[in-house]
Amino acid sequence: MNPTDTTNRPGVSIAGVGTQATGAPKSDAADPVMELSGVSVYYGAYEAVRDTSMPIQEKQITAMIGPSGCGKSTILRSLNRMNDLIPGARVSGAVTYHGQDLYAKDVDPIEVRRRIGMVFQKPNPFPKSIYDNVAYGPRVTGMKVSSMDDLVEKALRDAALWDEVKDKLKTSGLALSGGQQQRLCIARTIAVRPEIILMDEPCSALDPIATAKIEDLMSELSNDYTIVIVTHNMQQAARVSHYTAFFTAEVDEQQERHGRLVEFSQTGKLFTNPADKRTEDYITGRFG
Amino acid sequence: MSTPPTTTTETRPDSSASGNALTQRRSRPGEVAFRLAMQACLLIAFGVLAALLTWVLVKGWNRLDSRLWTEMPTGLVSRLDGAGVQSALVGTLWIISLVALICLPIGILSAIYLEEYADNTRWYNRLLELNIQNLAGVPSIIFGILGLGIIARALGLGFTVITAAIVLSLLVLPVVIIATREAIRAVPQSIRHASYALGATKWQTVSRQVLPSAVPGIATGSILALSRAIGEAAPLIVLGAVTFITFNPDGLDSGYTALPIQIYTFITRSQSEYTELAAGAIVLLLAIVLAMNSIAIFVRNRFEKRW
Repeated sequence: MNPTDTTNRPGVSIAGVGTQATGAPKSDAADPVMELSGVSVYYGAYEAVRDTSMPIQEKQITAMIGPSGCGKSTILRSLNRMNDLIPGARVSGAVTYHGQDLYAKDVDPIEVRRRIGMVFQKPNPFPKSIYDNVAYGPRVTGMKVSSMDDLVEKALRDAALWDEVKDKLKTSGLALSGGQQQRLCIARTIAVRPEIILMDEPCSALDPIATAKIEDLMSELSNDYTIVIVTHNMQQAARVSHYTAFFTAEVDEQQERHGRLVEFSQTGKLFTNPADKRTEDYITGRFG
Repeated sequence: MSTPPTTTTETRPDSSASGNALTQRRSRPGEVAFRLAMQACLLIAFGVLAALLTWVLVKGWNRLDSRLWTEMPTGLVSRLDGAGVQSALVGTLWIISLVALICLPIGILSAIYLEEYADNTRWYNRLLELNIQNLAGVPSIIFGILGLGIIARALGLGFTVITAAIVLSLLVLPVVIIATREAIRAVPQSIRHASYALGATKWQTVSRQVLPSAVPGIATGSILALSRAIGEAAPLIVLGAVTFITFNPDGLDSGYTALPIQIYTFITRSQSEYTELAAGAIVLLLAIVLAMNSIAIFVRNRFEKRW
């Protein structure tokens, strides 16, 4: 991965993208790095999300929005097999990553998560030093590292945290503010050089200033990484993402709620000219 | 009949009729009575403990010197002046060290398995859990009889230090397992998820994140379990803890006595000199237990993680 390589993203300036609405894909040539086809996720016998099909485009930010209980976080967790950790969770359909089915029998979930990292809703730094938080991933995955110090510095710089913590790398990650903790979690994730970063409502526990910093960071990171973000905040999706998937919860004949993908398109189109009435109702605030 | 709309305001605390109602402190007898009752209960518990401590300190005052741990016990009243409880003290230290060696690794690994690896939806794992809870409630004399039948006789280990240590280990094993599981469960799930999301394996997650965070709780529970084992007399009575031995245990297959047993046999003698020596030994035993509990509290306060 070459961070300076922008040739396949015409019309995008790396610096200063900031929180300006992107809304349009950075590249015309759609190049899905992941593909969901007919994905349903079950918790035991309960079908939490039904029949989801959508692509995840390379080095783009894909947002998943929708009301509570619509299954967007469930779908996100199925992308790097974090659902495996929930007893009774099961996925049907196909989640492919570079054409390979992630749920095939011989796929090692450890390897999947090493390539597809995750940032969680509540900042969850390890109760270790800032340095050890970042170095943990490279250490456990046995990355060949010439200088761990350089790797830690690079990851913290890429997460826009270096200047704030460079003099206190040995202090506990838990001593940082909420926004700093979340950027530490992002630094920790990119330290293992994943290809895709999944973010599950990464700003919902943060104040507006910390949120703006994370959003800037996401735009910055999308030059090198494919990002999928779940958010409750429609403005956030409109500000940072290139593609948006709108999910909603449907109630079936047995009065059970199932999450369902309603619409997937380029963010600009979804917010200005939604194809589905339910999407329009949601984004205009008539529902949810 | 229509209710006038003003009724809602009438139910509010009256602030206009009697001036400023905020300043009128009302006495609440129920609150006071309950507080007094709780304080009385605390006083009873603490009072009994204080009385016991005072009694043993007063009784054993004359024996609280180095004789206690440098001299051997004796059955002869004429030689009591130069007697102590060294063999019982050394026996207790032998046993408790062995209990730590046997029961901590087994208990902690069992707890890790049950908490991190076992699938709770399987019936055999649920059965295991239930039985561990039950084991913790089995009276200690039952463990003594089990040890007598199986370990001392069937396995032929006899009335030795190792037999006593194995039986006491079995006795406190459920306590160690339960305390360790509590400590492991207190580690937030988000830490495990963060570790997995970075590509860590299960064992890496357990050994590098969960266990280090759980160490204070595990240490506290283990020390409390050991201090319970120190005070146990019942199982040792049936396991042949000899009452007057004048040698220190010198190996796993050695005969032994222990402090609680020694105290018991002193007390059963009628001469007041024995009572004094027993009181001295009680102070010694209490000192060991209190020291261990203090270490437990120190470890918990010093290393406890706050999330």
